[in-house]
Amino acid sequence: MFGLAPDTILIKGPRIIDPGRGVDEVGDILIRDGVILASGTISPDDIPEDCRVVEAGGLVASPGFIDIHCHLREPGYEYKETIAAGTRAAARGGFTSICCMPNTDPPIDNSAMVEFIRQRARDEGIVRVFPIGCVTKGRKGKELSEMEELAVAGVVAFSDDGDPVEDPNLMRLALTYSSDLGLPVTNHCQDLSLSRNGVMAEGRVATRLGLPGIPSAVEEAMMARDIALAELTGGRIHLAHLSTAGSVPLVRQARERGIPVTAEVCPHHLTITDEWVLGGQATGTGTGESFAYDTLTKVYPPLRGQQDVNALVQGLAEGVIDCIATDHAPHELISKLVTYQDAPSGISALETALGSALQLVHGGHMSLITLVERMTVGPARVLGASFDHLSTLAPGTTADIVIFDPDLEWVVDPNEFQSMGKNTPLQGATLKGQVVATMVQGRFVYQDGAVV
Amino acid sequence: MSLLNAIETEAQPQIEAAAVRKRRRHVLDLDDFSQQEILEVLESAEGMSEVLHRDIKKVPALRGRVVVTLFYEASTRTRISFEEAGKILSADVINMSASGSSTEKGESLLNTGLTIQAMGVDIIVIRHPHSGAPYLLAQHLDRVGIINAGDGIHAHPTQALLDLYTVKEKLGRLEGLKIVIVGDVLHSRVARSNIWGFVKMGAQVILCGPSTLLPLDMLRPSGNDDQDNPLASVQVETNLDRALEGADVVMALRLQAERQNGGFLPSMREYIRRWQVTEARLSRANPDALVMHPGPMNEGIEISSTLAHGGRSVIEQQVTNGVAIRMALLYHLSAGGE
Repeated sequence: MFGLAPDTILIKGPRIIDPGRGVDEVGDILIRDGVILASGTISPDDIPEDCRVVEAGGLVASPGFIDIHCHLREPGYEYKETIAAGTRAAARGGFTSICCMPNTDPPIDNSAMVEFIRQRARDEGIVRVFPIGCVTKGRKGKELSEMEELAVAGVVAFSDDGDPVEDPNLMRLALTYSSDLGLPVTNHCQDLSLSRNGVMAEGRVATRLGLPGIPSAVEEAMMARDIALAELTGGRIHLAHLSTAGSVPLVRQARERGIPVTAEVCPHHLTITDEWVLGGQATGTGTGESFAYDTLTKVYPPLRGQQDVNALVQGLAEGVIDCIATDHAPHELISKLVTYQDAPSGISALETALGSALQLVHGGHMSLITLVERMTVGPARVLGASFDHLSTLAPGTTADIVIFDPDLEWVVDPNEFQSMGKNTPLQGATLKGQVVATMVQGRFVYQDGAVV
Repeated sequence: MSLLNAIETEAQPQIEAAAVRKRRRHVLDLDDFSQQEILEVLESAEGMSEVLHRDIKKVPALRGRVVVTLFYEASTRTRISFEEAGKILSADVINMSASGSSTEKGESLLNTGLTIQAMGVDIIVIRHPHSGAPYLLAQHLDRVGIINAGDGIHAHPTQALLDLYTVKEKLGRLEGLKIVIVGDVLHSRVARSNIWGFVKMGAQVILCGPSTLLPLDMLRPSGNDDQDNPLASVQVETNLDRALEGADVVMALRLQAERQNGGFLPSMREYIRRWQVTEARLSRANPDALVMHPGPMNEGIEISSTLAHGGRSVIEQQVTNGVAIRMALLYHLSAGGE
């Protein structure tokens, strides 16, 4: 798939962060044939003379990031993103493994579709791609998909993505039926009868702008239902993109009661609020260069308030929330040049995820090793034991590695994105922390600002 | 000085003063108007009102300017008054509605706007069912002024300005007045803009209606700007009798029939019983209190017929003043633009 690395590579002198082994130390990483030979303090005697040396002093090296929730749009929406472009974006963002949602056209609800995605990824992808299969046929919420066939074909989870499984009985059956397959069911928790025509978080900003609001209870009500169903069935539920303060204690309580629940949160829900819909100008929405109703801020679940952000950051720091997932949702820009109500939801997030997430470290909310854990070991834990070897730097494991500079400041310019989706509210924002190189199976796929 | 002189003599001291501040390109809502700028518009409207009451209603102020009214929603008074305002000022006014236009062929709002801009139009007056639609045009069109003639449930700044003008004309002031807005405030763009307008002018605003139709969270303090939130002074009172105590102005809002189907109200009957503005209820207000309505009215629902057409009603004056305000705004955006 990625070819064998032709030589031996020494990543020299980085701060090695390997959360799975509790490692945070300066050292070297030696790689041969796509496998990590050694990491940490390596005796010069053990380093072959002909090895290629990559100077990484002052940088951080960690297992490559794993994104368990992104949208690659292929097939059906190749004008928004392709597997080729999406995996390049992932490489630029430091991700070595990504899981793509099945809301394609046709949806990923049978083994032929799974094979199509995997074949495309082998032919054109530059990082590992793991498809997520539908919970129900055609994502219609009526009948279960052939989950075992999907599992055998290689899906790593089940989800109907943006169309939550509304029927509680069907969700119960999905969790029960899938319980012997060892794969989680991921639900996008949104009670549609309560969210109605809402397009942003309910609250002061929505009311001021006259935009239909989505109350927090939309997420919490369905999440509580799913947790109860997980308890009832023993099936594994994974809760996608938490966005409300009230969701965090729901997950915490479920964990304390031993219910098999995992949860993720997106970089944007950890860092920006619904105030951004005002155009960054809370007093006067039509002055200057800044305009309200920036459709680039439209995303489901919606951006919420500062107290929600604070609770999610704390939940992530404490490990109640297992991991960061990007929910990378690329769109062609023209589709966003409409009214807020007409605009599609979603943020192109693979390439800004690290810079956004590092704000939590720079802001003193968590240590760097904790953040890296939430982007490597955390998502691997959600997916199961087969991902253990992709989330560690232990000798003998696959050399999927990211090297990044946590302190490098850069201005987000979507024109530099590898993703076809240039839709980000962070356009023009300064982020601190950028990927320097990404290695998949011992081979650099991104290095020195360019896809290799 | 009257703006008439300015129109007729080329001397434009008021406008020049405004130009120093940075000339306004768009009228999207009143949230970015200062008290001073609102006063300038109201003063301009006085001059425009004189023109409106002449035998020959025509001045050359906007000769050679082109105004397009772009309406994606039905309208009687707003549309006609903009057209009349433009024509009295000698602008060429072109009316366009979504039906019968390229919108029916699927042309996007933005492309329609760019097309109109390419024709050399100076001002687009837009009404749209989606909140924020005028902002989309304002952000992407660089050679056209945008006037918001009503967007979704967000804003209707020209209505608010004509309401301010009418109250000031009748009561002589705005500061310190008690303004009661009654009805479906939650879905009312008129109410939102009026809240900004009256609050900025130092009036006390009280919102009254069913709890399901009040924008409670807009007023709830949150975030870092609690002290600066001008809406913090707005009060909410679900009991209409209490709300009307000592009121100087009572403004009834249109109640749409679909609110009952949407579950916001148990019945029209109960709404009428609790929130219809009636003569009996008005006895609690100040003796010279004004009765207002932005129109179109559901007589017998949110307002009693006798009150709507009674001596304290200024509903027709609102319509008349709407023309003067829109003349003032068209002038405000066009003058000194060379």
